[in-house]
Order: sequence, then C-alpha cells, then structure tokens
Amino acid sequence: MASRVPSPPRAAICAVAQTKFEANKWRVRMQGMLWEVIDSVRRQTGLAFGDGGIEAAVTVSDDLFDARTISDGAVTDVVGAHYRSEEKVAADGAQGVYYAAATVMSGHHDIVLLAGHCKESQAASRNMITHLAFDPFYTRPVGLDYLAMAALQAQAYIARSGITESQLADLVVRARHWARLNPVAQETAALTRDQVLAAPMLADPIRESFMYPVSDGAIAMIIASEKRAREITGKPVWVTGLGNCYDSFFPGERDLAGNFPLERAAQRAYAMARIDDPKTAFDVVEIADSYAHQLPQYAEGLGLCGPGQGGKWLAGGGPDKQNVNRSGGMLAGNPLMLGGMARVAEAVIQLRGEAGGRQAPDAKRALAHGATGPAGQLQTVIVLESGGDAP
Amino acid sequence: MKNRNRNVAVIGAGMSKFSSHREEVNQPEMIHEAVVEALEDAHLTMDDIDCVLHGNMELFEMVHQPDMWHVLGTGAWGKPGIRLTTGGTTGATLACAADNIVASGLHDVVLAIGFEKLQEGHTTGGITNMADPLWGRSLQTGALTGTAAQKLIDQFGEERAKYAAMKLRTIMDENAMRNKKAHRRLGLDRRYIKEAADNSPPLVGELRMIHMCSQSDGTCAVIFASEDKVAQFNANPAWVVDHETVHREETIVFNPGKSTQRVAAERLFARNGITDPRREIDVFEMYDPSAWWGLDWLGDFMLCDGDEHLSMVENDDITMEGTIPVNPSGGVQASNPIGATALVRVAEAAMQVRGTAGGHQVPRPVRRALASGFGGTLWTVLMLLSKEKPQP
Repeated sequence: MASRVPSPPRAAICAVAQTKFEANKWRVRMQGMLWEVIDSVRRQTGLAFGDGGIEAAVTVSDDLFDARTISDGAVTDVVGAHYRSEEKVAADGAQGVYYAAATVMSGHHDIVLLAGHCKESQAASRNMITHLAFDPFYTRPVGLDYLAMAALQAQAYIARSGITESQLADLVVRARHWARLNPVAQETAALTRDQVLAAPMLADPIRESFMYPVSDGAIAMIIASEKRAREITGKPVWVTGLGNCYDSFFPGERDLAGNFPLERAAQRAYAMARIDDPKTAFDVVEIADSYAHQLPQYAEGLGLCGPGQGGKWLAGGGPDKQNVNRSGGMLAGNPLMLGGMARVAEAVIQLRGEAGGRQAPDAKRALAHGATGPAGQLQTVIVLESGGDAP
Repeated sequence: MKNRNRNVAVIGAGMSKFSSHREEVNQPEMIHEAVVEALEDAHLTMDDIDCVLHGNMELFEMVHQPDMWHVLGTGAWGKPGIRLTTGGTTGATLACAADNIVASGLHDVVLAIGFEKLQEGHTTGGITNMADPLWGRSLQTGALTGTAAQKLIDQFGEERAKYAAMKLRTIMDENAMRNKKAHRRLGLDRRYIKEAADNSPPLVGELRMIHMCSQSDGTCAVIFASEDKVAQFNANPAWVVDHETVHREETIVFNPGKSTQRVAAERLFARNGITDPRREIDVFEMYDPSAWWGLDWLGDFMLCDGDEHLSMVENDDITMEGTIPVNPSGGVQASNPIGATALVRVAEAAMQVRGTAGGHQVPRPVRRALASGFGGTLWTVLMLLSKEKPQP
C-alpha cells in the first residue's frame, strides 16, 4: 500500500511463560494462574513494572467464561496495572498478540505485558457459553453452539476432502505423542487409533476425542520495541507478519468446507512478512486445531497444501514434514480463549531453540494460527522469526 | 507527546439515535445506523475501511463474542478486526486502539464501533457482577454510588454542593436539548434547580435519580485514518495528539491516593505541554455517569485546587458559551449506551474540532478538545484531539 511507512517499526516477543494446562486447576484462582506466568516473564527479563520497564498490559480473557463482568477488572493488580494502562482483547489470544504488537509498533509503548487466562472448568458446560454467541432470532433457537457449528464444518469438510475418520483418529494419536514431550501439555496419555474411535460421539462426526478437552491455564509474554528488545534478551523473536479476517455470521452464508477468512488472514500476514510460498517458508507451524478435522482444513487455508488437498497432505505425512503442532496442539488441551496464544508461545519456544525433545531443527521462521468464534469465523495468522538482527 | 510512528486523525463519526428502547431495530441493525452515518460523514464507503474494531460489555446483553453476529451490521465481513472490552471505558479503549493500529502502519483506515443495547439485559445486575464473588459482590450496588455526593458535601457544605451538582445537571440538560441524538432531553429550568433535586427520589444518600445517567440503547462509530489517507481523501481531520489510560486495583477501600482522573490528566498534560487546561483546552467531553461524579472529576481533570471546580459551575464557565464548555452533547447524564458511551465522548470532541456538531457546536473556534472515558473500578482513559497536526 502506498501509504505504508518506509520502514515499519518492529515488535519482538522477548519472553513467554505458560502454566501447565490442566482439566481443573481447582487449587488456584485465575489471578494465581496469571501471577505464576507473569512472575516468570519478569524473572526472565529482569523487568519491573513502571517507567523504563513494563509500561502497560494487554490482557486476554472473556466475561462469559469468567462469569464476571469486566473480567480484566479482576486482574488489574497481578498484571501491574494499578495506576497504569491495561487493555483487554476479548477474543482468542492470538488477537491479543496482534494488538499488543500494534501498541508497540505505533510508538505508544516500548514494553508491554501480554497476559491471558481462562478456566473452562468453571463453566458447567462450554457449549452453554458458546450457545450464547448465536443471535436470539434464527440460530440460537435451533440450538447451535461452537461444537454443533464445528460438526457442521466437519461434515462439510469431510464431504469435500474425503478425509476418513481413521485419519482424524491418527491426528489425535499424533497429538498425544508430541504432548508427552511438552511439559505444559495437558493430555499426555498415549492412545491407540481404536481407543480414539471408541470415544463417545458428541455431534456427528465429532467424537469426544476429536474435540479439545476442557482446560484451565494462563500465558504471559513480554512484547517490546526493537530497541528495547535487544536490551532485554539475546533471543528476541520478531513479529514479522500479522493478518486476521472475519467471515460472515449465518452458517448458510459461509462456505464451511472452505477457508475464506483464513486465506485472507494468511495473505495479509504473508504479504507483510514477504512470504511467497508458505509450503516451504516455515520451519515450525502451530495450528489452533480445536477439533481434529480443523488441522488439515486450516492447513489448506494457510497454504501448507493446496485447496482440497488436506486428505492427500495427511496421507503424505504433511504434519510431520512441515513440523506442525509439535506442542501437541489444541487437541492436547488449551482453553479456547488461549488456543492461538499457546500456538504463538510454542512458536517462540521453538524459535529460541528451547523446545527440548520436541525441538524442530534449525527453526528460524514459524507460523502461528488462532481462531475465534463459531467454526473459525475470525481467523488470525502470525509469522514469527528468530535472529539477533531484525529481518 | 509520546513517540508516534505516524500521525492519525478522526475523519468521520456516526451515532444511532439514543433511546431507552430501540425495539424497532436488532443489535446489528442499530450498529448499521451508526456505521452508515460515519461513512457518510467521512465521504467513504465500506471498501475504504481496512480494519473494524468492536466493543461492548457482553454480560449486559448476554451475547458471547457479539462481534461474530454483529458482522452483519459492522461491515467487518472479509476484513481484519479486533474486539476490545474494558467495561465503561470500552469506547475510549477502542479509540486508543484505533489510534495505535493506524499509527503502527498495520492499517490505514480503522473503523471503531462501540455498542450497547441495555434494554435487552439487566444493567445494574450486570455491573454488580463485576465485583469479586468472594469479597465484594454482596456490597456492590451496580453503578449507583453515593460516595461522590458525600465527599463533596463534606468538603463544601450541603447547600453549596447540592446546588452545584444540580446546576451541573441542568447545564448538561440545556446542552442535551440542542442535541437531537440525545436520549434524555428533560427541559430542566434554571429557576428550579434546588426543587428539581429535592423532588427527585433518592437512590443512595444524596445521589438522586435526576443526578444519575440514563440507561440507553445506542451505537457510536468513529473512523480513524493515517496522515496520507487524510490527504488522499481530502478529509476534515481532528488529529489525535495523545492518549492515556490509568486503571487501579479493585479494592477501593484499601486504596487511598490520587484519583485516576487526576493522574491521567497530569500525565497527559505534562507530556503535551499543557499547564493550564482550562485555558488551553477549548472543549471537554467528559464521561460523567452522575452529576456528582461529573462535578468531582471536573476538578480532577481540570487540575483545580480547592473549590475552583464548584466556581466553574457556579460561574457558567462550563456552559456552551463559557470559557471551557463541558459536554456540549449533553454528556452521559443524557445518554449512556455503556459500550458506546466513551467512544461518543471521542466522537463529540472530534465533531467540535471538525466543526460538524451542528446544533450543539460551541460558538467559537475549537483548536483542542479533550475526551474522557470512565469504567471498571474508577478507571480513566483520556484522548486529546487538535485542529493542528501534531509535529514530531
């Protein structure tokens, strides 16, 4: 675009911390989960709150999941916002990364704390919450919730791609394999394909094992301007591509088997990061696969394989060849609100070379994806790059 | 001034009609009204918008992630966007975010939309639910707080404080009478200031129903653009000079110290070389949820000492024709669709700078306007706008 500033300012992720994700962190309140990860990024960077240190916070949480009006009001103290700035992104945490990076790139802040939390265990039913995302006139009366929408999406995608239930089951088995190598992953018990396929059907074709489990946890990051990033860490991870996009709302207006919003989000992020061929551009890929079928579907949307090629991509070992979801992904357990944020966190850990047994070799550039809303109505794509020099 | 990667201006604003019951429109339809008006005001179409920001308080209407459904009215289909919510300050946070996102270079033209349809929920119940379930919820009385009234009465005596609060309320209503979008236009009469308060039902102590903001349905949409786009569109800009957000921890009783209003004002003014806000700012759009809070915070925002803020009201300094007009729109006591309210303050401040406020345009040149947001546990957001482009 003509009006782009000649040299876009850059933002770097300088530290990340995640709690262990668990089905029910009953021992600790939301504030306690947050303090664990905020204390960690403060120790990693040596930063204090205040001028010259952490100037402001961007938080990620949701009033309905927290059952609390102004859910960020409950965390003002732990995010260091007493007499300072805090702004809440009420969507998947990848959107929080997007906005926190923008506040730094604008010049308004040099160092921002990004902190997200969610305790899905507090809700009697996640479907009860996501049911309320539907309009009260047409879609709520027929009982839609995010699970039902994901099932409609899965039906449509399976019909178009020809992906089999066994292929989806193998993705769950694979997720558990990698999760065992990720110290913060929730579901680490090994499963066989038969065990996955024996799980109860929730909404045809989605079995319980194909859906991300109920999960509690928190994530924190330090995001800083180029100048400050170099002071804080020897291993800054640069946010080089940002893109997001909304689809329309009514299911009948959307191509549920397609990837309209994700393709647009990816185009924007890739243009910013100057990426021509996403099939070969990334050393690590993290996809927010709330449901097993979304891994190949979103891989298509991200351009990791051609449109309609998700089945072939799975059959050809695409996830392993392109280092997709070495964290275990959403299927191993992250709260919905933090799905994309956990993907960014894993990408940063990989690019810093700190991923231990699941480390992808020579990881220089990573792709992280997040999704918000029914059947991924809002898609977020983030490109991250390592290197002491800003790319 | 803060470092600024590039300049940003407000180039258009739109609002729905504010009312207690907008039963003839659903949520996306009511949003659409404001979006269309903002686009018309800026002489743009939806194709010119690069990014859409959305915010409200979802527990009021009990719609989860309402930006999804609202795509039907926001125009965000196929576009980037972010949903930000910070309670009452949501609208001001959206304005700050729009400024940040345009300044960052990520997008050139950003549409910020604040929305609330309070009729469809339970406002006081929704606000009460913000208190900690273990420690504060049984004490919370929604937004009905009598402490500001008691503080001012203790400071300045009952007769003077009560008169000043109700006079401020009357001035707000005089302004609202000139704003056809305003929800409550009561026609209060200056001859009966004392009687109007005395005859109004008490809510908490001396906070009476007449002092309290309305509970409204409404939407506000504001378009922010980069300096290049301002030139390309030949737009009428209100430049964003700077913004400041100050939160505080929730347990107020254990929390003495300066108000966030004064801290935010001191920081913003110090950064931007403003030493005498009452002379250097031409219009102030304040998020004043009650006449008592409005009176108290006027002193904080305008860095008053002693009883200067009461004198400002008593001397008519804050009227449309006064030295520092406050809320030519009628303010929040006239209209309060909460998720939109703080963005309305920014929109109204920008309209005054751009000279597009119509019937409630202040009758003298506006070089600089200030807008405030209020929310959470006494949080403040301030945005400073100017006619002149900020120089780096």
